[in-house]
Amino acid sequence: MYSIVIYFITGLLLVISLIASRKKTLMALKKAWRSFEGILPELIAILLFVGLLIALLNPETISQLLGESSGVLGLLIASAIGSITLIPGFVAFPTAVMLLNNGAGITQIALFISTLMMVGVVTFPVEKKYFGIRLTIMRNVMAFGFSFIVAGLMGVILG
Amino acid sequence: MKAKRYVFPLVTAGLVFAVFAADNQIGLNALSITGSSFLEMLSVIPPIFILLGLLDVWIPREKIIRHLGEESGIKGIVLSFLLGAAAAGPLYGAFPIAAVFMKKGVKFSNVLIFIGAWSTTKIPMFMFEMGSLGAGFALLRLAINIPGILLMAIILERITGKESIGAICAQAASISE
Repeated sequence: MYSIVIYFITGLLLVISLIASRKKTLMALKKAWRSFEGILPELIAILLFVGLLIALLNPETISQLLGESSGVLGLLIASAIGSITLIPGFVAFPTAVMLLNNGAGITQIALFISTLMMVGVVTFPVEKKYFGIRLTIMRNVMAFGFSFIVAGLMGVILG
Repeated sequence: MKAKRYVFPLVTAGLVFAVFAADNQIGLNALSITGSSFLEMLSVIPPIFILLGLLDVWIPREKIIRHLGEESGIKGIVLSFLLGAAAAGPLYGAFPIAAVFMKKGVKFSNVLIFIGAWSTTKIPMFMFEMGSLGAGFALLRLAINIPGILLMAIILERITGKESIGAICAQAASISE
């Protein structure tokens, strides 16, 4: 649904742009393609790698590892999986629900969701192209630390 | 040089193939997960890049500086949040946009707020989160994240320092040319 809206708006703006100036529109499309091609190799590798990683991990084992009483180890595993993998939201949230139903703790799940969204280990090669190595490391380390705060607060309030 | 960039994905593809040879089921699962991520990418990334190209060509630097630049204050912060939250798609889609922002003179902390908002407060994702994990979970997470994103942006801007920020912006500008 959302993607239809985005495609529609983009198409509309593209037509308007084309009417306004053919030359500028071509320039915009050229820039769009060049930026896209710039991250394409990393993107393909990332998507293949993450597919492999998730296929190798099995949901029952994960639920057990992330259980209510899994303590520090569970937190470490949750944050490691969340940080490394890159899972689309429409897969991640239902997975989180499934893990909760299988006995995973709320703190662990909040940590998993938060690191999944904010920390990107596999996307590091793409991020550092734009922000440089130092800032990329700092941003990810801070986001990693912050995810523990988020999860801790959520565990205390909702748990 | 250009072909060399594709070594990394080819090696990964070889790895997937090796796993497939060892265990068909796991190999197929891996490919189907990769397939669904690829669909997610296709559903939003191409239009994002086209919008980016149009933004770069049509919106003058002065206008962007006025709304999101050094002097944009609270308005710039709110606007950066909204731009990030209105987005869709994985975080790597935000980096090229951030590069154009930097090139056009957006205040560095606003770029970081945009990245933060994109990573974790996207509106379509939020709706989905409410639907699956419940309003309590989604709202609480949002309430903690908003000040967190702001704080992290300010701290990151401080510790990066003016000189490095200049270098990063120059680098970003050269990529998005």
